[in-house]
Amino acid sequence: MISEAAHGHPGGSLSCVDILTTLYFDKMNVKPDNPKWEDRDRIVLSKGHAAPALYATLAKKGYFSEKILSTLDKLGSILQGHPDMKSTPGLDMTTGSLGQGLSAANGMALAGKLDKKGYRVYVILGDGELQEGQIWEAAMTAAHYKLDNLTAILDFNGLQIDGPNREVKNIEPVNEKFKAFGWHVIEIDGHDFDQIDKAIEEAKATKGKPTLIIAHTIKGKGVSFMENQVGWHGSAPNEEQRQKAIQELEGSGV
Amino acid sequence: MAMATREAYGKALVELGAKNKNVVVLDADLSKSTKTADFQKVYPDRFFNMGISEQDMMVTAAGLATCGKIPFASTFAIFATGRAYEQVRNSIGYPHLNVKIAATHAGITVGEDGATHQSIEDISLMRGIPGMVVINPADAEETRQAIFAAAEHYGPVYIRLGRMAVPDIHDQNYKFELGKGEVIREGKDVAIIATGIMVAIAIEAADKLKEEGIEATVVNIHTIKPIDKDLIVEVAKKTGKVITAEEHNIIGGLGSAVAEVLSEEYPVKIKRIGIKDQFGQSGSPKELLKYYGLTAEGIVKNSKAILKIS
Repeated sequence: MISEAAHGHPGGSLSCVDILTTLYFDKMNVKPDNPKWEDRDRIVLSKGHAAPALYATLAKKGYFSEKILSTLDKLGSILQGHPDMKSTPGLDMTTGSLGQGLSAANGMALAGKLDKKGYRVYVILGDGELQEGQIWEAAMTAAHYKLDNLTAILDFNGLQIDGPNREVKNIEPVNEKFKAFGWHVIEIDGHDFDQIDKAIEEAKATKGKPTLIIAHTIKGKGVSFMENQVGWHGSAPNEEQRQKAIQELEGSGV
Repeated sequence: MAMATREAYGKALVELGAKNKNVVVLDADLSKSTKTADFQKVYPDRFFNMGISEQDMMVTAAGLATCGKIPFASTFAIFATGRAYEQVRNSIGYPHLNVKIAATHAGITVGEDGATHQSIEDISLMRGIPGMVVINPADAEETRQAIFAAAEHYGPVYIRLGRMAVPDIHDQNYKFELGKGEVIREGKDVAIIATGIMVAIAIEAADKLKEEGIEATVVNIHTIKPIDKDLIVEVAKKTGKVITAEEHNIIGGLGSAVAEVLSEEYPVKIKRIGIKDQFGQSGSPKELLKYYGLTAEGIVKNSKAILKIS
């Protein structure tokens, strides 16, 4: 998909795809034939540059044909470079400008509380975007309003465009920071399906406060030459690289 | 009677809240100044104080809107449109969400707080966002009706409100229509097109001009976007000379919008009255209006200049 578009963010897409898979195929209460069903669980991809991972998941789930995936980023496509809720069926929020998704998810969670609805709201955060001030404004809001119907999942692959987080601007200690902001925090291996499953259940059972799942992930997961490589943040593979990547991903059963 | 449009906003919100259960209100620690505290008193469950975090407030409002709520997000105009510009643009404007941004303390009549708090660019910023409706009511009754109209309209709306009390121009018989200007006076010599607090001042100017035998048309453009092109062209045809008056930078606001319409449709001589591309300063609202030429005298002087009468 990304290689066809010759543009996109393969590294950060691959690091969160296991999380998206668990959410859409196991945890979330959604109806692909009725994407705007008002009782559905919602998801905000705050790290909007991982859109290809979300699009692939939505297609697999049946929101639209997998054939459409090859139109990513192309003029007139329903799959915009960053998620556009007006274009793509199944998208709950428009994102792409970093740091804004948690606030949007809070709004959805507040609406759920107000309407006494049982739906849950998930938000996928990138590590680099924790450098945005708005994330911390929103972290304060979620705790203040006791949004226990909200689960944030941090795709912590440790790398951002200019290099490792710790070199660009250190975001650690994330766990202690969120705890200090009044959140319940769980740390897991973000590629271990069992751990992802358990963490989401623990978040559901946590009352009176929002939960952050810190998912330790590998940027470019599943593709040997992309794993932990900063260079694969925002570049598309060529044909040879694409074939090798697909071979490796299919071989690993992803 | 005189009342600040922010006062009228607070009262209108309470009235609207009773009629529409989907209306929710957000504020960023200025609820006593923006008057959203009026709503909070009656509907505490539907009021969210976001603290001093305008960016978070705007996107939280967006999230609420995706769930069918009609959020009114309020703070001072400088913060609503300046601090949170990109949030408004990307999380409200681009997804065309049903968020109403009701910003108070617009313009220089904020007064004593000075330039940091005096928004003179907000119309320009909001007007540039595709699909954003921009309303600048002139008095209490127009504000009340504009708030109801904004709630009726699906999509993002920016409503510009003021701190200072302004005279009543309209009574309950007035019918506010989104996107339609209002002719308040008819006169053949010059058209004064005004918005917000400048409408009352334009009427005062028209009275003064009349004493000198000059007949001015006065038009109230409460909806700056989408603008009432037909009416603007009509008054330009009738008078051949147009003055615009706004409490905003002359770049990007009403004057620019009118110039855009007329230069394309019916070019006539235009003079723009507003803040002349400079920052404000501390002072009383009245002193500031005088200092920056936003007075009846200022409009009279410019009208004579455009008519080449000394």
